[in-house]
Amino acid sequence: MLDYLARRILVMIPTLIAISVITFIIIQLPPGDYLSTLIAEMESQGEAVDPAKIEALRAQYGLDKPMWEQYLVWATGMLRGDFGYSFEYQLPVSDVVGDRVLMTIVLNFATILFIYVVSFPIGIYSATHQYSVGDYGLTFIGFLGLATPNFLLALILLYFANVWFGTSIGGLMDPSYIDQPWSFGKVMSVLEHLWVPVVVIGTAGTAAMIRRLRANLLDELQKQYVVTARAKGLPPFRALMKYPLRMAMNPFISDIGNMLPQVVSGSAVVSMVLSLPTTGPMLINALQSQDMYLAGSFLMFLAALTVFGMLLSDLALAWLDPRIRLGGGTAR
Amino acid sequence: MDRSTPLLRVHDLRIGFDLPEGRLVAVDGVSFQIRRGSTVALVGESGSGKSVVSQAIMGLLPRPAKILGGSILFADPEKPGTITDIVRLPVDGREMRNVRGGRISIIFQEPMTSLSPLHTVGNQIREALELHRDVSAHEATELTRDMLAMVGFPDPDRALKTYPFELSGGLRQRAMISMALVCRPALLIADEPTTALDVTIQAQILKLIKDLQSELNMAMLMITHDLGVVSNVAEEVVVMYRGRVMESGDVEDIFRRAQHPYLKALMGAVPRFDMAPGERLKPLREIKAETGHLLADRPKATTADNAPMLAVEGLTKAYTIRKGGWVSTSRKSIKALDDVSFTVQPGECLGLVGESGCGKTTLSKVIMRALTPDAGKVTFTDETGPTDVLALDGNRLTEFRQKLQFVFQDPFSSLNPRMTVFDIIAEPLVIHGIGDPAWRREMVSELMRLVGLDVRHLNRYPHSFSGGQRQRIGIARALALKPKMLICDEPVSALDVSIQAQVLNLLKDLKEKLGLTYLFISHNLAVVDYVADRIAVMCAGRIVELAPREALFRDPVHPYTQALLAAVPDPDLDNPLDFDAVMDGRASNPAAWSAPFTVDDSHMPGFVELGDGHFVRADPAILNLRLAS
Repeated sequence: MLDYLARRILVMIPTLIAISVITFIIIQLPPGDYLSTLIAEMESQGEAVDPAKIEALRAQYGLDKPMWEQYLVWATGMLRGDFGYSFEYQLPVSDVVGDRVLMTIVLNFATILFIYVVSFPIGIYSATHQYSVGDYGLTFIGFLGLATPNFLLALILLYFANVWFGTSIGGLMDPSYIDQPWSFGKVMSVLEHLWVPVVVIGTAGTAAMIRRLRANLLDELQKQYVVTARAKGLPPFRALMKYPLRMAMNPFISDIGNMLPQVVSGSAVVSMVLSLPTTGPMLINALQSQDMYLAGSFLMFLAALTVFGMLLSDLALAWLDPRIRLGGGTAR
Repeated sequence: MDRSTPLLRVHDLRIGFDLPEGRLVAVDGVSFQIRRGSTVALVGESGSGKSVVSQAIMGLLPRPAKILGGSILFADPEKPGTITDIVRLPVDGREMRNVRGGRISIIFQEPMTSLSPLHTVGNQIREALELHRDVSAHEATELTRDMLAMVGFPDPDRALKTYPFELSGGLRQRAMISMALVCRPALLIADEPTTALDVTIQAQILKLIKDLQSELNMAMLMITHDLGVVSNVAEEVVVMYRGRVMESGDVEDIFRRAQHPYLKALMGAVPRFDMAPGERLKPLREIKAETGHLLADRPKATTADNAPMLAVEGLTKAYTIRKGGWVSTSRKSIKALDDVSFTVQPGECLGLVGESGCGKTTLSKVIMRALTPDAGKVTFTDETGPTDVLALDGNRLTEFRQKLQFVFQDPFSSLNPRMTVFDIIAEPLVIHGIGDPAWRREMVSELMRLVGLDVRHLNRYPHSFSGGQRQRIGIARALALKPKMLICDEPVSALDVSIQAQVLNLLKDLKEKLGLTYLFISHNLAVVDYVADRIAVMCAGRIVELAPREALFRDPVHPYTQALLAAVPDPDLDNPLDFDAVMDGRASNPAAWSAPFTVDDSHMPGFVELGDGHFVRADPAILNLRLAS
């Protein structure tokens, strides 16, 4: 098991290096750099641009150096915890991102929790009561959630949250708490605001999860070992919990790796609509303005999250499923 | 209550399935009884309703099934004087749950799927104890370990912590048996407990069940389609056909004085070792192979220089298993084929027998060029001269495929469900660009008649045919290119006895009419005995004995062949299995074979001819041994 863990961590290193190279190339692909975007913007506003100043800036930011050197500076910097300098904000990337990362993690963790908590009981109910009124009704609501555009749902929920509970529009906390030190009131305010984006971001995932759990569990319920369990005299609910549900879990655990980055990047549009202080909207801005270190560090963050999520789900699978833990290598 | 009260009495049981097409009565007025400590066999082909009866006794009927009438009276010996009607108990009520698993247990056919792969064997067995007996955790572990020892686990302490997928099929079935018996039930229902196992393992499991039965004094309801198994374990027999009991009585009456035509027909359809030469099996419905003008009768095949049609020399194929460490990966090599050599003469049927995992399917795949061997040679010869099969490539390989075709084991997965029967049979012709559409249509019609299928069904899809009919479609497809030779890989192992006889007879007739040559692979010695001229016995990747059919059965030399022959249950009361001779899983271990036959690191015996084409893999010293005796 330790062997396996060590090997998996070693494999992550070349993966991350390859991702950083590809990320860097993709950011550089559009013609021009941040300065040329800036110049174009200034010229369109009729301001004169001093070529000498531009050159000085270019040298200062290292944009005149060859591509590979820029990459090396960026990549080695990341190892030291220095993620580069954001041109647009005129601040180190880590300072720009700072608080937003925490908020992003809080939001997405809550979303994943929401997805699991809601979809599991519904999925189990749908599978065990296949083709019943309840199954059809829940399936219908699930499809509705899957099909409704997130931003629309966001606007509707915001409206009702404001009308019914008096929650302030947008953001993850009441405006009075922004830039204030953390306090009990601030936490409560965050919780009060959190549920709208969680529901909005989570509905699609919940609906998909319900469908998948239902399908997986239906497959497992047909299996012979379920009959064996019942033939032992096990009451139906305990038999369900111990055997088929446990088997139906595997796809969900192997999904954690995909879900982490999906939830992070997928929430960008909703975050813009709700003007949440998360990383999503910032990434989109950074890409538009070719703020390359900011964008690059973001993409690396997502990639690292994927790789790490995969590791987590693999470890969890090996822990949960003895066939993976012990069967490795015996297959032909 | 006196001892004569039957343990279980099924009376006029009727069970229907509510399907969208209407109600199907699967069990129609079935009555029988089981005395305490006795063994009753419930015999029938698939679809006869025998498993539905067992599900009803366990209260485990699938959702669309409903009990329409009748009763199942269970007189529990632990509660003298009370008789429970299982039909009237709520299915998931406490009372029924106490009976289920506690007083009546069941073991299933598939040891692979009937245990949960995620829980240890110990956990799954203990669960039954904890449900039905008031025992402490420590006692439960003790009892579970005792039970595992009782069913023959060599190391019960380790077995407690193993997972089912770490065990062989035979051991899994033993685990399943110990789970069923750990609560000492009064009745054990065994639903085809050995059908999925190899013959030698089957004999061991049957012996185990019999021993345990007398030790625990329990009754058994054995559900099976195998008359050989019935004659060896049962005291009473109930024969079912289409949901009704056709005949019942004690085993002597049933086997010696069968009354009902269905039972007689079933007996006539089972291949036996003592069949007279040229005696045909009598299937319930015989099919006539009709040749036409495109597929005319052909004389026996000939080859250039009278060479064998297929010559296999020294085939070796190893699979590498990677065992992961992160610095070093250790590799272990398993030989699936080890120096396999044999020939098939034109017009002959060579039978290849062996247990699962012995390498017979790997061999057929190598000959068909689906796998590449590590060493060896395959030569195919017809009237035009020899072909080196392993050296063929591109167009020449495609062309060669017209000469050698394949019949698959599973008639369900080997036909594409989205193609009509016409498309399936015509596909080889299309691939090889033979004939125009009109000619193909005629050819396909002739092939359908050849395998006894109705030409009007050409536009149907495979799902509307039964297993036997599908297998015949598979045979027709294999014959479309007019091959010289067919490789049949377990062509009847998925079929019922009466259908099996039908297909075997068809294959025999086709061989005569079309002058075909067969390589016939099977795990069933009786089937091979019926169709083959010569038989090769394979074990652990090697051919251990090869002899003409009569010689092999009259004088089996190799210990593995002997064990294999001794383990086949014969549907003949005068020829019972010798349970004492059953080797405990050592029959297929080459290192455990006695002196001249031993195969291990220091002994690598080659093939020795004993005369008259009888070969055995042994040390040449065997010749002196035989002369001396």
